[in-house]
Amino acid sequence: MLGIVRGRVARGGVNASMTVRDALNSALDEEMSADPKVFVMGEEVGEYQGAYKISKGLLEKYGPERVVDTPITEAIDHIINSAAKSNYMSAGQISVPIVFRGPNGAAAGVGAQHSQCYAAWFGACPGLKVLAPYSSEDARGLLKAAIRDPDPVVFLENELLYGESFPVSAEVLDSSFCLPIGKAKIEREGKDVTITAFSKMVGYALKAAEILAKEGISAEVINLRSIRPLDRSSINASVRKTNRLITVEEGFPQHGVGAEICACVVEESFEYLDAPVERIAGADVPMPYAANLEREWPSHRVQHSFVYTNVKVERSKITFLLF
Amino acid sequence: MSSAFSAINTIQPLHRTIDNPSVSPFLGSTHKLRSFPACNRAPSASSIRRQFSVVAVSDVVKQQKTKSGSSLSNLLITKEEGLELYEDMVLGRSFEDMCAQMYYRGKMFGFVHLYNGQEAVSTGFIKLLTKEDCIVSTYRDHVHALSKGVPARQVMSELFGKTTGCCRGQGGSMHMFSEEYNVLGGFAFIGEGIPVSTGAAFTSKYRREVLKEANSDQVTLAFFGDGTCNNGQFFECLNMAALWKLPIVFVVENNLWAIGMSHLRATSDPEIWKKGPAFGMPGVHIDGMDVLKVREVAKEAVERARRGEGPTLIECETYRFRGHSLADPDELRDPAEKAHYATRDPIAALKKYMIENKLVNEAELKAIDKKIDEVVEDAVEFADASPHPARSQLLENVFADPKGFGIGPDGRYRCEDPKFTEGTAHV
Repeated sequence: MLGIVRGRVARGGVNASMTVRDALNSALDEEMSADPKVFVMGEEVGEYQGAYKISKGLLEKYGPERVVDTPITEAIDHIINSAAKSNYMSAGQISVPIVFRGPNGAAAGVGAQHSQCYAAWFGACPGLKVLAPYSSEDARGLLKAAIRDPDPVVFLENELLYGESFPVSAEVLDSSFCLPIGKAKIEREGKDVTITAFSKMVGYALKAAEILAKEGISAEVINLRSIRPLDRSSINASVRKTNRLITVEEGFPQHGVGAEICACVVEESFEYLDAPVERIAGADVPMPYAANLEREWPSHRVQHSFVYTNVKVERSKITFLLF
Repeated sequence: MSSAFSAINTIQPLHRTIDNPSVSPFLGSTHKLRSFPACNRAPSASSIRRQFSVVAVSDVVKQQKTKSGSSLSNLLITKEEGLELYEDMVLGRSFEDMCAQMYYRGKMFGFVHLYNGQEAVSTGFIKLLTKEDCIVSTYRDHVHALSKGVPARQVMSELFGKTTGCCRGQGGSMHMFSEEYNVLGGFAFIGEGIPVSTGAAFTSKYRREVLKEANSDQVTLAFFGDGTCNNGQFFECLNMAALWKLPIVFVVENNLWAIGMSHLRATSDPEIWKKGPAFGMPGVHIDGMDVLKVREVAKEAVERARRGEGPTLIECETYRFRGHSLADPDELRDPAEKAHYATRDPIAALKKYMIENKLVNEAELKAIDKKIDEVVEDAVEFADASPHPARSQLLENVFADPKGFGIGPDGRYRCEDPKFTEGTAHV
């Protein structure tokens, strides 16, 4: 499958498209072939081809010593307490070059314990780098950067995005392609309001921007890409341009990523804000199972929020736009 | 390939009487063992045979026995080895005593957990290792670091929080790390070091088999206590280590107490060595107050791991003479129990053995005592005189690649700014 994907793109030629799943798979494959010290370890990564088929084909290509099926375990403690802290506690003697990757946030109907977005939790830990890709380009570039990085990286994917296809350029498909950690991407330029989002929410933000554009509102959409470190400089530069900010995230509102962005903008660009910062997040409840309630979950929060702008944008319209 | 651990006999140095289990003592504890259903207590011949392997008598010892026909530990060490063991244990003891003094004088602070009484385990195991072998420990890690070779000066400075410490003052008492001597921590949560040590053993195996480094045969020792043996991580790692035959030795320092929780009140079956065979590895119980016995078993287990035969679980019966930490009033332990173990002081035992067997004389041992006193005094002076970390050190060493601090207002990575570590509020 990998050979076919790469063969599809001529040098400097046709723009191909690639699913996020293939993007992650190709990134893993290329990094493992480039460096024999890279190995994959986890539940179902080998014979099952990956719980979500992200590591498909790797066992066959690299063998069971480098693609290691492990007995099952559940352990957030080590990410926070030993991976994040070992380099500091040992004063640089013991570094932890590891990537913890997997799906984050809600899928569909998987219930409360499989739906939480952990971006804010991990983003609060010094010693970790936390990435949240959106498109295939993000997935490839950020995963390669994460694997090459000598520090612990938490790589938060999204199950619903795995099957989505995005256009990729020849540059992205090159095996040396890499995105910098800590830099956000302006997905869409605008001048009236800044919308920050990450992971799946970027898609919604872009759709919202389309609809707003028809109303004559030009929204700038920032794809954060990196939760920790947060690209505060890009966010502030954008807010200083547009003077209004909406943060969008899937996770719980309290102590969320949006709260941090709001604080950082208020600290650094207070005089530039024409209106209070608006946060849009999931409902402040564990995710329900019933399909209709699950659909309501993100918008439930939105109904209690409203956007102060000089431009007439109605409450209900924002609800509709974003979800 | 013969292994001494393939014999079927179980050793039973336990003092329990089977006929009245509910009121018998457990090891040297003065707590009464709870009564168990009869089926658990008297192992039948067939159940013993089913147990994988539990033996503390090595081929070496058996050989000696047939040669000399005298006591078990005769001729097991040379004079040089004896002096090395004695010196290491005395260093551990004096260092910890000095820590207590320094703590009460306010030079040391926070949580400090002392190792007095358990020196035989550290010395018995770690003196067999090479510099490249790894050890992982708990918060009671000063003596493990010293036995592994980390200079006393560096450990003392670390405890004083000075920048000359082995972790530049950033780790503290509970987090001793040394890249040079392969001390991989120092962890505060119980059981936290066990997966780390399992990973270190995995590295050794990976290097040999995948990266084809033929001389990669480092062994890892994981030290932890009795309380940890009821923790999930412990079992997960026993499983993985046995499954993948990792070069690791799990060393349980069973000192019968997890802070104030008696091992007997907390554990359904207090014989920890039995948990090894449940996962397919040998489980051994030894007297952890006798450094020579520890050393014999340790030699066997480390060599087994080095040969690639897999892990071993070794339960060492030992005792801490002081409280759990320097803040522990230590009111729950029976003075009779403490007195019992005080008579089994490992340093006194080794001294007695060496003198009775004419390996050394008093003067040589006194010379070592004096030398160690000087080493410890020197360590304190060095630590006292060392500088505190500079303010700029606060932000250092968070990342191996410090770009993780992100991008500053000027659009460049913060860590590239030469003023980055000056002042602390602007992260």
